[in-house]
Amino acid sequence: MKLTPTKSLQNHPLAGWSLAGPAIFLITLFLIVPFILAFTLSFTNQRLISPNPTEFVGMRNFEQLLGVGTLVLQPETDEAGALVRDATGELSYPRVRDYTRNNADYPQLDGKREWLSWNWGDAKVYVLASDVVFMKALGNTFLFVLFVAPIQAGLALLLAVLINQKLKGINIFRAIYFMPVVVSIVVVSLLWRFIYSGQSGLLNNMLGFLSFGAFKPVDWLGNPATALWSILAMSVWQGVGFHMVIWLSGLQTIPASLYEAADIEGATTWQKFRYVTWPGLRNTAVLILIVITMQAFSLFSQIDVMTGGGPVDSTQTMVFQAVERGYGQQNIAGGSAISVILFLIVLTISMAQRYLTRERNR
Amino acid sequence: MSAVISPNTGVNTALRYLLLVVFALIFVFPILFMVVSSFKPAQQLLRDTASIAAFLPVGDLSFDNYAAAFRRAPVALFIFNSVVITVVTVAGALFICSMAAFSFAFLEFKGKEVVLAVLIATLIVPFETIAIPMLMLVNNLPWIGAGGLQFGWLNTYHVQIVPFLADALTIFLFVQYFRDLPRELIEAARLDGATWFQVYTRVIVPISGPVFATAAILKFLAMYNQYLWPLLVTQSEQYRPVMVGLQYFFQLNIAWGEVMAYLSIITLPVLIFYLVLQRAFISSIASTGIKG
Repeated sequence: MKLTPTKSLQNHPLAGWSLAGPAIFLITLFLIVPFILAFTLSFTNQRLISPNPTEFVGMRNFEQLLGVGTLVLQPETDEAGALVRDATGELSYPRVRDYTRNNADYPQLDGKREWLSWNWGDAKVYVLASDVVFMKALGNTFLFVLFVAPIQAGLALLLAVLINQKLKGINIFRAIYFMPVVVSIVVVSLLWRFIYSGQSGLLNNMLGFLSFGAFKPVDWLGNPATALWSILAMSVWQGVGFHMVIWLSGLQTIPASLYEAADIEGATTWQKFRYVTWPGLRNTAVLILIVITMQAFSLFSQIDVMTGGGPVDSTQTMVFQAVERGYGQQNIAGGSAISVILFLIVLTISMAQRYLTRERNR
Repeated sequence: MSAVISPNTGVNTALRYLLLVVFALIFVFPILFMVVSSFKPAQQLLRDTASIAAFLPVGDLSFDNYAAAFRRAPVALFIFNSVVITVVTVAGALFICSMAAFSFAFLEFKGKEVVLAVLIATLIVPFETIAIPMLMLVNNLPWIGAGGLQFGWLNTYHVQIVPFLADALTIFLFVQYFRDLPRELIEAARLDGATWFQVYTRVIVPISGPVFATAAILKFLAMYNQYLWPLLVTQSEQYRPVMVGLQYFFQLNIAWGEVMAYLSIITLPVLIFYLVLQRAFISSIASTGIKG
């Protein structure tokens, strides 16, 4: 279709700029300026309120956040060169802090603390970080994104396919599946804190009931092994209806004639999904993955309401740390540096997602 | 349609419904539990979690938890604040964003392409990444109010409203809709001597009901459910919205009956609103997906 150029498409700079002006002004002031500020402040020592003038500190904030080093410790040996074992037969190692505190031979490790460690033969390998809490937040955030994106997108697609059937009363189910989306994640988080509770928590009781008492109660949010996964499951429960609706609008763009043709060919349900449905959903899939990834990197409310980053930092996230520093400790520069790192990660991933899908479309 | 109706069609349909119902229960039960529990005394609430009674309005039901919630926190004030902030922001955003979209959809002007490119780029900036520097910014912005010129926006209504009056998503929602409108209408109005602003208010706005409804629903959900920003900018109780008010209920000695009552108070109006306008809500979300 061709739109013929008309008078209304002629230049109207005054009207154009003045009608769009308020929006352009507001977006500049409250999105672009803070965005630039984030980059600028991350190179300073800015605090929210401070008697001292702000100074430029170069990369110091980033070095503080991202500094890592490795240390390999050999087990201690006696004079004859044999390994020293303690009463329980365990090897003994020099103390890590002998290397990280004022050790002139290891200036690069100064002030760093243990982040990860594992055994390598008899030796012990340590990964040390300047800011262990931030490193844990970084790791947790990636873990969360890595799992929540496929789980939430996959489950949303399953629900969309279920809802796309021609059955009586299907609209009622669609309305129900979407319901948690309109409930604030803050409300959902507090509600699920009770559901996940270790004592008289609803989930433990239900699982106990369904397994005839065989299930042992778990303190879902109080255990470092389960806390992040519990938050993930709840986030999927709350958000999956949103992506179901987006999948559904993608499904409905696939012409019915393709399914009829597949029926004539005698295709199975799975073959129809694999060769008709899925190829028709590629653009929707990209959009959904980008949206879920961006939301997942922004994980904050659930953490603030449910765990406060604990237990033992197992649910720390980048945004939670940015707020804790930028607001809690009024360290605007530190919070901004975390924001910049977060933004660069989100940017890289969404560019990569776009690039990968562009290749495939050719 | 296949010529032979297979004998297991009935079973097949039953299985499909079973699957649908299982999922429905997973989505409904927690919300049902919240509402039902809000009417139960603390002792019974805990006892009932051991059985199906957790989801049933049985036993000693009363509004005591609601009364207690109102005693614990200034609930009415929080609701008032949320209503003020949400209503003003939604109304203002619809006006400002639709007007900008009108300009982008129908007018040519120098620099438009650059502006549109920047707007698209802003879509991938999560709000969370600019919240901290924005806190710094609003802490230094001037405002002319009852007390004359003042600096610092913290602890006000406008700090929760003005930054959200314009956003790229809402603008693009309008642009998409406007581009499909017949241009003849605009030309006719221009020939009659209407100004561009008059074309916008008298020709375009009256025929754009559906997109205004969509944008209003999306903006309403985003604003009413906001948490991080009001948490950062309202240290004083006076301007706190309902979601920040939640903190009064989970920070020390949690009384779950009161929590459930407060959660129900702030959630049920939205849920009822949703159930009444269910189709409009769902098609609003669907329309955000079309741009992909």
